[in-house]
Amino acid sequence: MTDTQQVDAAARQDTDLVRVDDLKVHFPSNDGLFFGRKGNDIRAVDGVSFTIRRGETLGLVGESGCGKTTVGRTLLRLYDPTAGRILFDGEDIASLSGRELRRLRRRMQMVFQDPYSSLNPRQNVANIVSEPLRVHGLAKGDEADRRVHELLDIVGLPAAAANRYPHEFSGGQRQRIGLARSLAVNPDLIVADEPVSALDVSIQAQVINLLEDLQNDLGLTYLFIAHDLAVVRHISDRIAVMYLGTIVEVAPADELYARPLHPYTRALLSAVPIPDPAVEVNRERIILTGDLPSPANPPSGCRFHTRCPYRQPTRCDDEVPALRELASGHTASCHWAENIESGQIQPRQDAVAGPPGGHPDAAAPRPVG
Amino acid sequence: MPLLEVRDLAVRFSTRGKTVYAVNGISFDLDPGDTLGIVGESGCGKSVSSLAMLGILPPAGRVSGGQVTFDGEDLLTLPDERLRHIRGNDIAMVFQDPMTSLNPVLTVGRQLTEALRTHLDMDKKEAAAEAGSLLDRVGIPDARQRLRDYPHQFSGGMRQRVGIAMAISCQPKVLIADEPTTALDVTIQAQILELLRTLVREEGMALILVTHDLGVVAGVCARTHVMYAGRFVETAPTAELFANPKHPYTVGLLKSVPRLDAARKQRLDPIGGAPRDQTSEPTACAFAPRCAYATSESWEQLPVLRELDGATGAAAHRVACWNPVPERDLVAAGIRRPPAEGQSSAGLGEERPA
Repeated sequence: MTDTQQVDAAARQDTDLVRVDDLKVHFPSNDGLFFGRKGNDIRAVDGVSFTIRRGETLGLVGESGCGKTTVGRTLLRLYDPTAGRILFDGEDIASLSGRELRRLRRRMQMVFQDPYSSLNPRQNVANIVSEPLRVHGLAKGDEADRRVHELLDIVGLPAAAANRYPHEFSGGQRQRIGLARSLAVNPDLIVADEPVSALDVSIQAQVINLLEDLQNDLGLTYLFIAHDLAVVRHISDRIAVMYLGTIVEVAPADELYARPLHPYTRALLSAVPIPDPAVEVNRERIILTGDLPSPANPPSGCRFHTRCPYRQPTRCDDEVPALRELASGHTASCHWAENIESGQIQPRQDAVAGPPGGHPDAAAPRPVG
Repeated sequence: MPLLEVRDLAVRFSTRGKTVYAVNGISFDLDPGDTLGIVGESGCGKSVSSLAMLGILPPAGRVSGGQVTFDGEDLLTLPDERLRHIRGNDIAMVFQDPMTSLNPVLTVGRQLTEALRTHLDMDKKEAAAEAGSLLDRVGIPDARQRLRDYPHQFSGGMRQRVGIAMAISCQPKVLIADEPTTALDVTIQAQILELLRTLVREEGMALILVTHDLGVVAGVCARTHVMYAGRFVETAPTAELFANPKHPYTVGLLKSVPRLDAARKQRLDPIGGAPRDQTSEPTACAFAPRCAYATSESWEQLPVLRELDGATGAAAHRVACWNPVPERDLVAAGIRRPPAEGQSSAGLGEERPA
């Protein structure tokens, strides 16, 4: 038995459905418009490791360009990894091809952000939902029709929807159609990439509740990718925070919010607007300066050091911080996490806005015509 | 007399023989220094109202009624030339995607100086200096250098700053920001909202913030209007609105968003059904089909905004509903805390029930 086979056997027995080890996904980039001048590769994902347990929801949050979508797509081998391993139920996805890959793909499905562009406008709902059945040779004819009706029922659409076309549905209903399609093959894992971001809040809640019901009823495992931290916290068991191609913190959902250990997580949490003026007026916000650096040329040392309000004169600029376990099941990659948590290290003053009594005029009721 | 007075503004869209009743009579006043939020979901008419006020509706849309009085002049009946003068000079707008309001083939410096030269009669040199200080004012590093850059060379957040710089270049009295942070990441959103707060405070502009995000109005606006199917259904000082919402739709919105600072709920409470199809003029409460409190009155008569308690003027809390949500239901929903008036000093940490 080779080394990998032993590891594979071990992985199959434990509770992890997905295990990602030091995953890297780099995209070649051409810097110049002409002459095909080669630039630095875009290091969209640069050394990411995490696990997803069977039946759990792992939330993956981060801002645009942090690589969260690339991670999700690479899990399904929509992109080829540059380096690293992705074990799905013990099998290394990166090494599979053809029939083997297709067999495994049946067990993992994707739900996309934009319900308007991810459904073929010329196909009726029955065709859209039954396509995976035909592709994987699982059902056809009457059997497929029965399955379509069953799926529509599961996602809360009337049977009459089968003969209608995507444009006849609202955004929330289209997202339900997308879900029905992804459920057609009875997958184990669903990668949901910003599944509710395009929806209005009242509809968002309907779809979130549906996702939770489906997980309970069908025993699904979710990788839930989103930028809305309140939504991610609501739905996730554990959350991984990404910044510029790396994971900076992983923790159980409530723990992450109660006790963020990485400065980026702190900044992210303090930036989320809370729908309560009484809270907003008294809130201390950490305002990050500048934008995300280019993933083609990430900063040395800690990638966050160029924007970090807690940056120290030593280590931050030149020493890459490892993900360290700082509490049970709670890892973060910051050299100074302990000192920041204890309050020994304070954020730069100019990075903090709206402390208690800061600018009361911002939200306090004032005379209005 | 208020700076801006909107009365019974109505907007219709006509497409392929169908008429969409987008805005069905909204009224509000705006004074210098006011920060007014207009909240609602897609299609409620919140963006269309601001476009209508400035006379920049798309071709299919037309104002079908009402007045928009600014400084004594009705914007809806002004000749184009005069309206163009007010737009930009006195009332400016910031859009969701600044790429749509910036010209991609002209440098940012060129676009900024153009506005300054036409509206404020500056010469080339003055305008260039002013453009540099404007970019500096909105927090763009190396402002002077960046005047030579084209819009695509800026990141999303920086582009929105450019959009804001253009909007405030003529020191408008009213700034209308339509979903200014919706396309941005949260940390960048925080930067832009902080910038808007600072501008309102320091320049004394009046701000109308149009958004779908309750969290954004909570942090920026002193007064909030909630819009549904082209009408205001509730309006109150922001703190009062969130602490004591009365309209079932407002309550529904508050209940359907997960809150970062509260204990995790088992399930969210969505508003059932879908928004009203607006191809007919509303003659009854537009929210009735989705409302748990609806009675026969709701299905038959159009509710108008009326004061609930004694408060008038700045403190007035108005709601357009036949059956406002009773207090016990607000307590049950966790919106109103039983001892009441537990407003200030609730920090992020203290907010979390054990």
